[in-house]
Amino acid sequence: MFDDFFLRALIGGAAVALIAAPLGCFVVWRRMAYFGDALSHSALLGIALGLLLDVDSILAVALVGSAMALLLLVLRRRGRLANDTALGLLSHGALGLGLLTISFTEGLRLDLLGYLFGDILAISRQQLFAIALLGVFVFAVLLAIWQRLLLSSIDPDLAAAEGRSGKVVEAVFLLLLAAVVAAAMKLVGILLITALLLLPAAAVCGLAQTPERMVVLASVFGVGAVVGGLEASWYWDTPSGPSIVVAALVLFVVAQSLPYFVRRLAAQE
Amino acid sequence: MKLDRDNILVQGRSLTFAYEGAPVVKDVDITLRRGEIVTLVGPNGAGKSSLAKLLVGILKAKSGELRHARNCVIGYVPQHLRLDSTLPITVDRFVALGNSARDRGRPALERLGVAGLARRQMQSLSGGQLQRVLLARALSRKPDLLVLDEPGQGLDLDGQGELSWILAAERDAGKAVLLISHDLSLVLSCTDRVLCIDTALCCAGPPEAIVRDPAYLRSLGPQAGQALALYRQHRGGGVVPLERQTGSV
Repeated sequence: MFDDFFLRALIGGAAVALIAAPLGCFVVWRRMAYFGDALSHSALLGIALGLLLDVDSILAVALVGSAMALLLLVLRRRGRLANDTALGLLSHGALGLGLLTISFTEGLRLDLLGYLFGDILAISRQQLFAIALLGVFVFAVLLAIWQRLLLSSIDPDLAAAEGRSGKVVEAVFLLLLAAVVAAAMKLVGILLITALLLLPAAAVCGLAQTPERMVVLASVFGVGAVVGGLEASWYWDTPSGPSIVVAALVLFVVAQSLPYFVRRLAAQE
Repeated sequence: MKLDRDNILVQGRSLTFAYEGAPVVKDVDITLRRGEIVTLVGPNGAGKSSLAKLLVGILKAKSGELRHARNCVIGYVPQHLRLDSTLPITVDRFVALGNSARDRGRPALERLGVAGLARRQMQSLSGGQLQRVLLARALSRKPDLLVLDEPGQGLDLDGQGELSWILAAERDAGKAVLLISHDLSLVLSCTDRVLCIDTALCCAGPPEAIVRDPAYLRSLGPQAGQALALYRQHRGGGVVPLERQTGSV
């Protein structure tokens, strides 16, 4: 059944959306959108290095992203630079290095657009399995650190005062984020990864009473955006990555404005 | 272990912490024992919060020695909760987080008079309600050491009275309490020992002695002496002569 490229795209996209939803919620709660950007910018360097060293692009991007995440942690702890400055430095440094490395690799320049905007329709069977494996891994780790990660997202000081594992949990979370960036790259491209993390979580802000329900809602919205975006790109022949992100944007606008109109209608009656 | 035998929970020697090169805490010796309420006082930016964060392990000292008694459970009430408005969480869930025993939250909330807020969202609480919930959460951990950073903020008069009553009860139950407060009435009503901090330790002693210490008054500025004189008159603790009120600085 995985022979149909459109079906493969749907399944792969939905899987990525499911993995991205819980992490996206944490990115929103921890106010780390720029961190997601920095990680996704490092993906280009990962792709280039992967091609030079003949390593699968998803794996190479995950490894470079992990190195980037750890470097950011160290810089933030030891450096004099403000958080956003350190992020900008690494983010654009990695982007520059990535573009430079790509200029040395002849074949890659042709595929650059695919990496920037995603090419989910070209997802292979192996990549589908890679994403599924990644998903199982991310969920298992998330389950193990859930309570502690939640507390450190509420207040890192509180978490640090009550146990010594706060920093470890943060580092693990950043590594998971790097892995998801690698998986999402195929779906929406490097430029739009942060959007895929943020939009479903932002769309359901204020609609849930518990963190877990917010994650479930964000998962539903994420899968909805993938299905809607892919269907739209099929009918109108638009690029799939941007279509998915625009579908998520539409869901965000509807979800956030609907309660307002419902209240106004109720007030008129 | 020697710390346990002397009822000592935390002992810091020559603790020093610097932020971006500037010393915030410098060469501070501090010992917290069971059955004692210790209050840190000092002007804004004197390093009180930083010292408390060093003692509970949020910050790491640049130099100095810090020792905790074995299995010392810490209950910490931060000055502000950083909770982002996008994270939905109810009061009872927040209290249960980081608590291995699930059934401890409810009694702690009841003790602070906020059991009725259990199903409310954390974001919907007022400042005083939030302070009560934070204290309830810290108490629900059955801590050996309770560290409170400005717990009186936002509390009404009833709340402040309850706070000093609860802290005294915790002390009498053999806990150690470290309090940071600007509130003189709270400091005088329930503190055993006051440490006056202005980056370095200025002076230390029982509250009635420390408030007369010139080093303490200097660190708080000219208004503090007058406020203190008014407070003593108000309590009826002996009328302070007029010339001492005006010439106290």
